[in-house]
Amino acid sequence: MNGRERIPAEHRSVVVVGGGPAGLAAAIAAKEHGCDDVLLVERDHILGGILNQCIHDGFGLHTFKEALSGPEYADRFIRKLRGLHIETAEGTIVLSLSPDRVLEVSTRGALRRIEADAVVLAMGCRERTRGAISIPGRRPSGVYTAGAAQNFMNLENIMVGRNVAILGSGDIGLIMARRMTLEGARVEAVFEILPYSSGLPRNIQQCLNDYNIPLFLNTTVTEILGAGRLEGIKVAQVGSDRAPICDTERFVPCDTLLLSVGLIPENELTREAGVAIDPVTSGAVVDDRFMTSVPGIFSCGNVLHVHDLVDWVSVEAAQAGAFAAEYAGSGRRTAERTISVVPGAGVRYTLPQALSGDQACTLSLRVQEPWRDRSVVVTDNGREVARKRMMRLHPAEMIRLDIAVEALSGCSSLEVSVG
Amino acid sequence: MSAREFTCVVCPNGCSIVVEVDDDETPVVAKVRGNVCKRGEEWARQEVENPLRTIASSVSVSGGDFPLASVRTTRPIPLGKIRDVMETIRQVTLAAPVEIGDVVLVSPAGCDTEVIATRGVGSASRDVRRAAKAKGGMKE
Ligand SMILES: Cc1cc2nc3c(=O)[nH]c(=O)nc-3n(C[C@H](O)[C@H](O)[C@H](O)COP(=O)(O)OP(=O)(O)OC[C@H]3O[C@@H](n4cnc5c(N)ncnc54)[C@H](O)[C@@H]3O)c2cc1C
Ligand code: SF4
Repeated sequence: MNGRERIPAEHRSVVVVGGGPAGLAAAIAAKEHGCDDVLLVERDHILGGILNQCIHDGFGLHTFKEALSGPEYADRFIRKLRGLHIETAEGTIVLSLSPDRVLEVSTRGALRRIEADAVVLAMGCRERTRGAISIPGRRPSGVYTAGAAQNFMNLENIMVGRNVAILGSGDIGLIMARRMTLEGARVEAVFEILPYSSGLPRNIQQCLNDYNIPLFLNTTVTEILGAGRLEGIKVAQVGSDRAPICDTERFVPCDTLLLSVGLIPENELTREAGVAIDPVTSGAVVDDRFMTSVPGIFSCGNVLHVHDLVDWVSVEAAQAGAFAAEYAGSGRRTAERTISVVPGAGVRYTLPQALSGDQACTLSLRVQEPWRDRSVVVTDNGREVARKRMMRLHPAEMIRLDIAVEALSGCSSLEVSVG
Repeated sequence: MSAREFTCVVCPNGCSIVVEVDDDETPVVAKVRGNVCKRGEEWARQEVENPLRTIASSVSVSGGDFPLASVRTTRPIPLGKIRDVMETIRQVTLAAPVEIGDVVLVSPAGCDTEVIATRGVGSASRDVRRAAKAKGGMKE
């Protein structure tokens, strides 16, 4: 027995880990669904998560029918949380989580142990780095993830460079292309290895086209050059196997390279608790109550799967919070999982991966490649259960598909495909 | 006469819209093609004739517990005015405290919009170091 285990555990009903939009919505819903003992733990000194650095507008179009900036969107939820007198612990990090829902948390070095009836995981994502995509070359300064540059500029007032190249056409990179241009930097180009952009069309138009910033598809960075500070990069077109084509290589001078090459859910705690992880989403496997494979542990928001719209993060997290409260209040009753859900042709992932069949549900899914005028089709052992026709299907845009409870009766294994 | 292609951003259908533009002087929409609804057509016309954008930036805050307050325009402004409005925003320094929604500028560069704060900044003391940093403006 080590010293830590001797610290007496306090008991809480619902503990929410992470104070971003997911954690905020989950905590609010848990309280609104009758749980009076909710604790929200956030490692940063302020609530709001990644929204604090997203100062551009476009948040809340679905929820508030207004185009808010990130901090304004977060503020609406923080006010509501305060109004409900929900206890929060800022500057507090959750260090570990056990399968029987004991959390070890630390506030400036002081350790606490908390035993919870239900835990909602809402830790968000971190960005993929150069290491994760392995670009050869030197290690000069001037290479940042787009989100780190966003944090420096919008929260620390530090301009990271003057001549900028961006690898990856994810939304954060596109937003930063505009932001840096408006602050006087020159953005040379955005390079994307895929044959299509991974950002929203709206961002391509308003962040690149508006400022004549070129987007090169099927192109990647092959080398990083510079001694102390970045001096430039080599880029090359890629073939259909995504390998660089040598004779297309060219030099692009720049003092800054931003990487916008994807997000990875922060699931260290989740793994430690023994929760089953979906290899495609890198998030937990959940049922239609957002409960993971470990009873009483729930997951929502970007830690569950990467979202493109914060509105859906809030919607999903509110459900997770409500079910966590229900679980804690019902003497920890779990629903039986009677229906499995798997991705079929053309679908990269679908979530939740299991259903109880006793309530209506919304499937969240992403397609593998762009399509026009196709349908998302849900079948049960070959029989069609639901169908949604869409003008446009794009891997960058999460698709939501509602299934009524009646449609689920008699189902046992659903497959979701593009038809 | 020239053709310009857009992806409509009004709804998730993302129709491709081809606009034939009579661009001798000021561009005027001659014809819109693609499987487009009325809203998309209006949007495309606006995009060609006078595109409007909401913009966001930050301004320095003195005497606050945070060096910056983020700001945005309350209404979209003409694309061609963005640089002028940014220049006006750059001149501003606020004194803490700042509340979300505080009006920072009225009709910047003659545009029909206000610029409002989108983040609250409390008064000083807690972190004097950060406040001092704000006075130095954008560091390189
Ligand atoms: C860098 C970056 C920029 C983004 N920019 C945009 C954008 O411009 N527009 C857009 O629509 N979407 C953007 N997104 C997507 C955005 O993250 C989601 O829409 C939304 O913020 C996800 O909410 P969340 O609550 O799941 O995660 P987050 O907002 O990431 O919140 C997670 C919170 O959990 C806390 N946390 C993590 N681990 C622990 C722990 N062990 N203990 C305690 N607290 C912990 C973190 O500090 C954080 O506050 C961005 C994402 C990233 C990573
Ligand atoms: S044209 Fe109409 S249907 Fe097509 S994307 Fe625009 S708003 Fe949607």
